[in-house]
Amino acid sequence: MSNVLIVCEVKNAEPKKSTLELLSKGKEIAGALGGSLSAVAIGSGLGGFADKVAPYGAAKVYVADGAAEYSTEGFTKIIADAVAKDGAGVVLFSAGSQGKDLAPRLAARLEAAFATDCVDIGVDGGKVTVKRPVFAGKAFAHIAMEGSPAVVGLRPNSFPVAEPAGGTAETVALPADFGDVKAKVVEVVAGESSRPDLTEAERIVSGGRAMKEAANFKILEELADVIGATVGASRAAVDSGYAPQSRQVGQTGKTVNPVLYMAFGISGAIQHLAGMRTSKVIVAVNKDPEAPIFQKADYGIVADLFEVVPKMTEEFKKLLAEG
Amino acid sequence: MHIVVLCKQVPDTESRIKLNADGTGFDMEGIKWILNPYDEYAVEEALKIKEAGKAEKVTVMGLGPDRIVEALRTALAMGADAAVHVKTGEDTGDTSSVAKALADAVKAQDAGLVLAGCRAIDDDMFAVPCMVAEYLGVGQAHVVSKLEVDGGKAKAWRDIDGGAKQVIEMALPGVVTATKGLNEPRYASLPGIMKAKRKPVEVVEPAAGGAKAKLVKCSLPAERAAGRVFEGVESVPEVVRLLREEAKVI
Ligand SMILES: Cc1cc2nc3c(=O)[nH]c(=O)nc-3n(C[C@H](O)[C@H](O)[C@H](O)COP(=O)(O)OP(=O)(O)OC[C@H]3O[C@@H](n4cnc5c(N)ncnc54)[C@H](O)[C@@H]3O)c2cc1C
Ligand SMILES: Nc1ncnc2c1ncn2[C@@H]1O[C@H](COP(=O)(O)O)[C@@H](O)[C@H]1O
Repeated sequence: MSNVLIVCEVKNAEPKKSTLELLSKGKEIAGALGGSLSAVAIGSGLGGFADKVAPYGAAKVYVADGAAEYSTEGFTKIIADAVAKDGAGVVLFSAGSQGKDLAPRLAARLEAAFATDCVDIGVDGGKVTVKRPVFAGKAFAHIAMEGSPAVVGLRPNSFPVAEPAGGTAETVALPADFGDVKAKVVEVVAGESSRPDLTEAERIVSGGRAMKEAANFKILEELADVIGATVGASRAAVDSGYAPQSRQVGQTGKTVNPVLYMAFGISGAIQHLAGMRTSKVIVAVNKDPEAPIFQKADYGIVADLFEVVPKMTEEFKKLLAEG
Repeated sequence: MHIVVLCKQVPDTESRIKLNADGTGFDMEGIKWILNPYDEYAVEEALKIKEAGKAEKVTVMGLGPDRIVEALRTALAMGADAAVHVKTGEDTGDTSSVAKALADAVKAQDAGLVLAGCRAIDDDMFAVPCMVAEYLGVGQAHVVSKLEVDGGKAKAWRDIDGGAKQVIEMALPGVVTATKGLNEPRYASLPGIMKAKRKPVEVVEPAAGGAKAKLVKCSLPAERAAGRVFEGVESVPEVVRLLREEAKVI
């Protein structure tokens, strides 16, 4: 028997979608281990937070209300406290930019077994096992978590969100006290985009070298607005100054896992594929019928992107207006 | 100040990955090994800090079997002063013991700053340096694209969601991990490569600890089924319709 504790990510006092993914999978794992499902949330304005996660199966919610900006050491301290109180044997994170920073620190503090960016998790003979992509998605490693607790990060968009059910959760208040912090956050510089981060985006439209100049990314922004996507870029586009570094997808950029990835004027170099090969559906638009990206695409269009993008924006608008 | 840079040897991105005969590991025969590209940013940053007169010595440190010394030599050829080889067998999938052994070896170095890559392109864990920071009991700044080091303090700009940056002030010693944008790594010069051959490589053998996680099986992804390719902008309405009705992603 082992309890499962999931670490919520909170935005504007609401659980992020990745948190609902964790709850849905966490419930299944807790069931298989014969334990209960709990959650821990850190932030401010978390008054009714338990009610927001209870429908997904959390029976208990540890809430540290009144915490300021994210801090690695501060969050680690509070979560370690929740793990101790809960006696959790499995701690689940979302492997987005926050989880990547926090989960290993917590694992080291708890002397826990650790694996992250997992695309599958199960229980085999009472032991948690995970599957995670390695070598840029060219293979998978299957890892058995021998130690307890096990701290596991799940790749965003890899697990479906269950239908919410009824249910209530008990709230356990934790002090929102970061303790002695050695790395202090002194400022947060806002990003250029309010859209979801590439690592968590459900839809992505990316432009490559063929975008020719920064101003042309506007047509991708317009398309992204219509379908609720985040804008990405190839390294050639970033290095040419057409797009900021934060948008780069690939081996030296972000690893993404959307349901829809659209590549405009991207040739499909192995280092680009490294970042987006697990996308559920890939669309490629390229002038060159021989471009390697077509071998990975579910739907390809051989045409000029400057004609295709505005046309697509218009067609999606029509389609979405139909409801 | 003494800077230690964690350097991992990884297969070149272009490598073809094969499973071993019983699927319990990977067949590394014929792989071209390189210094992890993110670690090059870390080495470059260390060298820049030293050149600015803010550090006296740069030591590069790697954990793994004998082959990894080649990656350490690459870092020495870029300009690092010394290397430490934490000698182990092949990786068995236990990130915690890798981090623990590295942290123990760092402790013996009296480092003011530990630099590392933010991720290794083979296992993509994004984790080892954060675990090292915890084992050392120091602060961390993970995924950093700008760094200032001055008088026992570091200021680091961390890349967080959607291009936002979190600015961290950290008392040293501390751990900083590098990402693209931090700098442009230099190439090793020919004299650099010659000199690297004579630079010291200290070998340390870590105490064996129990593994908390174990690689039990390896597998390859299913091939993507061949997709459909359409000609010309006229096909846009058709593709848009398929994305909704067939792929169901809109
Ligand atoms: C160590 C290392 C790390 C790297 N990391 C990354 C990474 O993280 N991400 C990444 O993306 N790359 C990375 N690269 C670079 C990678 O190898 C490629 O150079 C890069 O992905 C190419 O970008 P691109 O497809 O935009 O440009 P190109 O390869 O130049 O392709 C442009 C494409 O646009 C098409 N085209 C031109 N005009 C039009 C038009 N009007 N309409 C439609 N199509 C058009 C062309 O046919 C061509 O296929 C890395 C390389 C190295 C060595
Ligand atoms: N075996 C190793 N030897 C030296 N450094 C390592 C090793 N494994 C990981 N690192 C460091 O930790 C960083 C992140 O690696 P990872 O957590 O494996 O993605 C790398 O870029 C290296 O700087």
